[in-house]
This record gives sequence, C-alpha cells and structure tokens, in this order.
Amino acid sequence: MAVSVDEAVSAGPAPDHPSPARRVRRRGRGRSVLEVVLLTALAVVMLFPVLWMIETSIKENRDVYAVPAEFFGFTVTLDHFRDVFVGADGGRSALSVAFLNSVVVAGVSTVLATVLGVPAAWAYSRFTLKAKKDQLFFVLSTRFMPPVVVVVPIFLMYRQAGLIDTKLGLILIYAAFNVPFTIWMMKGFVDEVPAEYEDAAMLDGYSRLQAFWKFTLPLLVPGIAATAVFALIFSWNEFVFAIFLTSSDEVRTAPPAIAGLIGGTTVDWGLVAAASVVFALPVLVFAYLVRRHLVAGVTLGAVRR
Amino acid sequence: MAGIEVSALHKRYPDGTVAVEHVDLSIGDGELFVMLGPSGCGKTTTLRAIAGLERQTSGDIRIGDTLVNDLPPAERDIAMVFQFYALYPHLKTRDNLAFPLRAEGLPKHEVRQRVEEAARLMRLGPLLDRRPRQLSGGEQQRVALARALVRRPRAFLMDEPLTNLDAELRADMRTEIKHLQGELGATMVYVTHDQVEAMSLGHRIAILNKGRVEQVGTPLEVYDRPASLFCAAFIGSPPMNLIEVEVADGELRGQGGLVLTPPPGLPRDRPLVAGVRPEALEVTAPGADRSVPARVVSAEWLGDEIIYVVDHSGGRDVRVRMPPTVRFAADAKVGLRHTGGTPAVYDVRTEELVA
Repeated sequence: MAVSVDEAVSAGPAPDHPSPARRVRRRGRGRSVLEVVLLTALAVVMLFPVLWMIETSIKENRDVYAVPAEFFGFTVTLDHFRDVFVGADGGRSALSVAFLNSVVVAGVSTVLATVLGVPAAWAYSRFTLKAKKDQLFFVLSTRFMPPVVVVVPIFLMYRQAGLIDTKLGLILIYAAFNVPFTIWMMKGFVDEVPAEYEDAAMLDGYSRLQAFWKFTLPLLVPGIAATAVFALIFSWNEFVFAIFLTSSDEVRTAPPAIAGLIGGTTVDWGLVAAASVVFALPVLVFAYLVRRHLVAGVTLGAVRR
Repeated sequence: MAGIEVSALHKRYPDGTVAVEHVDLSIGDGELFVMLGPSGCGKTTTLRAIAGLERQTSGDIRIGDTLVNDLPPAERDIAMVFQFYALYPHLKTRDNLAFPLRAEGLPKHEVRQRVEEAARLMRLGPLLDRRPRQLSGGEQQRVALARALVRRPRAFLMDEPLTNLDAELRADMRTEIKHLQGELGATMVYVTHDQVEAMSLGHRIAILNKGRVEQVGTPLEVYDRPASLFCAAFIGSPPMNLIEVEVADGELRGQGGLVLTPPPGLPRDRPLVAGVRPEALEVTAPGADRSVPARVVSAEWLGDEIIYVVDHSGGRDVRVRMPPTVRFAADAKVGLRHTGGTPAVYDVRTEELVA
C-alpha cells in the first residue's frame, strides 16, 4: 500500500521538494528505529532479573557469590532444584509441601470463585434487579483497598472462627477476593451473548437454567478461561494474607515459604532462585496453553457496544 | 391454531420500571395481528408475556381456551421468531430445524418428515447442511421462520423479525411472511416499530404508547381515523397535519383561515384540533376557489410525488402531498385548500378523537 502511494506522488510535479508521502515515510522509519531501541532497552530491563534468577538457580554456590559476576562459563548444576523438592533427610522438603499447598489453595479458590461468580454474572446481565448498579458497585468496592488494609480484622475474625493456619482459610479469602473480579469480567462476556439463545431454548422446552447451561455457557468458555487465569494468578502470587494467616510448614503456600528462605545467617541464593523458577513455571505454562482464549477473552470483554 | 386473549395485563419490573401499564387485546384465530409503537411502549414486553418469557405482575393471558399464566414457555405451544434470529450457532440448518422436535421427543422419521416439509415451504433445500454463520441475514431469518413452522404451534410470535435485514430483503420477507400466514391460516402476533410493515402486513393493528393500547383497528381505520393525537402523529409519512380549529357558522375554520367540512356532533366548548392527511390538502394557483393565500416554504421531490411544506398566514406550516406534475418553486405565492372529506377532530386536552 505504501508503494502505491509513492507511485502516485512521484507521477506528480514538484520534484525539488520531498513529497509529503516521502516525508511521512521517513518520519515513520525514524519512529520505528526509536521504537525498536526503546523496546529493546525495556525488554532488557524487564527480563534481566528473570535471566539472573534462572542463572543463579543453576550455578554452584561459589559461582553465585563470584565477584565480578560470571554470566557465562560457570559450572551448571541442578543441585538447587533437587534441594527444592528433596529435604536434607532425604524425605520431602518443606518447599515441596509449600508448592503442593499453593496448587491446592490457588486451584480450589479459583474453581470456587468461578463457580460462584459466573452464575452471578449471568444473573446481573440478564435480569432486572432492584438497585442493580448499586449492587454491582458494592461488589466491586471490596476490591478498592489493598489486602494489607483488611488483614488485621480478617486475622481477628479467623482466630475466632478457627481458620488461622488452615488451607481452608486461605481458600476462602482468595475466593472472596476473586468473586467480584469474576463477576465484573464475566458480566461483560455474558452481555455479549444474545439473550435470544436462552429465550429460544426456553420455547423449545428447556428450563431457564438448562438454557443457560446448554447454550450460553459453551459460548462463555473463552471468557471463563481468561477470567480463571487471572484469578489463578492472583491466588498463586498472593503473599500478604498467606504470611499473616498461616505459620506452619504444613499449611504455608509457596510465596511465604520462599520468602522464609531469606533472613537466616546465611542465605542459600541458589535455592531461593531455583524455588522461584519452579514457582514461576506453572503460571507461565498455563497462560501459554490458554493464550488463545486469553487474548480473545480480554479483547472481547473490553469492547463495549 | 387458536386465538389469544390478553386482559388487564400489567408488568412492573423489580427495579420499579413499569413496562406495561394496562393492555387488553383480543386476537382472533388465524389473524395476523400487529403491535406497533415506538421503543419502550411495552409491545415487546407484552409479546414476551404471551410467550411466557416474562411473568406479568397482574392480568390474564389465554391461548385458545387455556389460561397460560402459570405455564412455562414450552408448554404454551407457541413458536417465536426473534430479531437476532437466535439460531444455535453450533448446529447445521437441518439440526436447528429438528432441535425443537427432538426436544419434544418426536420419533426420528416424523422429525425428518417435518424438517423436509418446513425446508420445502421456506425453500431451504441447499442451505440444510450449512451452519448459521455461513448464511446471510435473510437466509438466517428464513431458517428461523422454518424453525418456528416445524413445531406446528397454536400461534406464532414475531419480535421485530425483519429489523436487521436491509430494505430490499425486508420487502421480500414481508411478502413471504404474509403469504405464509395466509397459507397456514396461522394466528400470528407481530411486533414492529415500522409503520409500513404494520400497514402492509396486519389484518389489524394495535398502536401502543407508554404501556397502553391507544387504538386497535384495521390498517385503513387506523390510517383514516387515528383514535388519539399520538396515533395521528405516529401513523403516516409525513404524518397528519394537526390544525387548530374553531367551529363558526357551520364551518370548521383553521387558524390560517383554512375551511374544513365539520363532522357531525362536534362539542362546542372545547379547544379542538383537526387531523388532516397531507393528501387531503391541495396546493393551487393563488386565488383559486375556496383557497387561502399561502407560500411554499420548501418542496421535497420524491419522484412519484412531491411533499410541499406550506405556510398559510398565521397558521402552523402544513405538509401537502401532490402529484409530481404539479410544480411550484420554493417561496412561490400559492393557494391552499382542503379537498378531502370530513377530517378527524381531537380534543386538545384529552388528546382523544371527539368526532
């Protein structure tokens, strides 16, 4: 297309001056060079800590502390990764228990938030309710403050309820934080699916719930996938509630467990790095698997008609 | 087939919005009944209440002899066609048609037979193995109609089925629906905001406004004698001219001096407005018999007719429909006279037809 513009302009008079199209193109090229430079710089800044983490996780301990730092040519070892999963006594390490806890807590709380949030979003989208906007605003308002603001009252309530230092406690609080998010995201998706499908199905003999289940829900799958990934990432990464509400190795999730590795007299940075790599992987893999839904979901929900 | 009786229907949503204030309708067996009105007038809500998709706050709905107030949509034995077609996107045309029958649990050969019959009626043969997204808008709507047909319901409900089609296709589909309805002798309730659709399709038309029925009548009745000022302004393009009139010396005299034939039985003590169709007026040469002096404000040349906007001394501007052979330039001095029969006359305060 740019070529055709150039041709059209070169056929005209005024050869002394650069044609408008040329000027635009030159400016375009200048901008693209600048863009590449900036983006490269940004990528280096963003990715360096990740790269360093991966390097540290496969270095011998003496190489970790080497001054000047070694980028290449160090001895590669997988000892740290073994230490992540196998304890000093040969049994399961505390970290591996923490990872399993993370999987259980993040998984169950995400499922819970989705199971509660999707039907709620459907109801908010389809039905006329009293003070619907106020209700939705209230739902969202629980997300206005950072977790650290409410952690003390939650701690006191949990102590009364016997939920301190239990996985159930973490699951409940993560689900509570993810339900509003799920409702808001999913309401956008449900709005996009014409209500007529359900009407038609109801005329064909299905109940309202069956109509939702059989016709609307399958069309919502990309949205649910995108929403669940975000909920999962939140629960997986959550640190503040986890460190305040749990203490024992049997219950603790990975973020406080990894943080716990730092702060002794000596810090085994190799182990910290290896644990961090293991911690980061599942979310990366999961997001990669559902990336098609993720992009479709995010853009679909964002466009308002 | 069966008639539909709606009595004292009222629908109020939980958030306090009243969609239907009070609606009484009596729809005959085999009738094509059109509900016409602007958006928010309650026509769609009334239709959805008949379908059972909305539960009315009060009032009764009967289909045939059955009181259907508490029946779910599926048990009312009706079929509905939607504005957005609502074809199941993952099913081929054939399966979309068969779907309601399978849901009913009909035997296979019966399903196949009925699907073929409906496909023949709507000429869907070549489309049977395509999915909805491979069909054009018009084709999708034909499939949606066929899907309504296969059920052999007691009544068809149509919710603005042609709104999403382009103009040419809309005219074709209109003919098709009318033909189909006649052939099947089907009871059909048709909701639209398009008066052309209403006039051309309906045996009778109900005009709704603000959740109430303003008028029920045949297209001609509705056109000739609108029951209220709202109907007068809603039906017709351009709409009726509303001219403030007084009764004097056995004549109806408009503000600009225009003389109309008075209908019998006019009340004398109230402010009145006459509704005059653009074709009941005539633009003449200045000074013609029974004409009042006037001036052409503008002219819309539509090819088969000309719509003149005419200003006549002090009165409100009126629109006049003239054949394309009668030509006056803008700003020309002309005469204006009434040529139709007795006009419809309305009470200004109650906005209702008085004579």
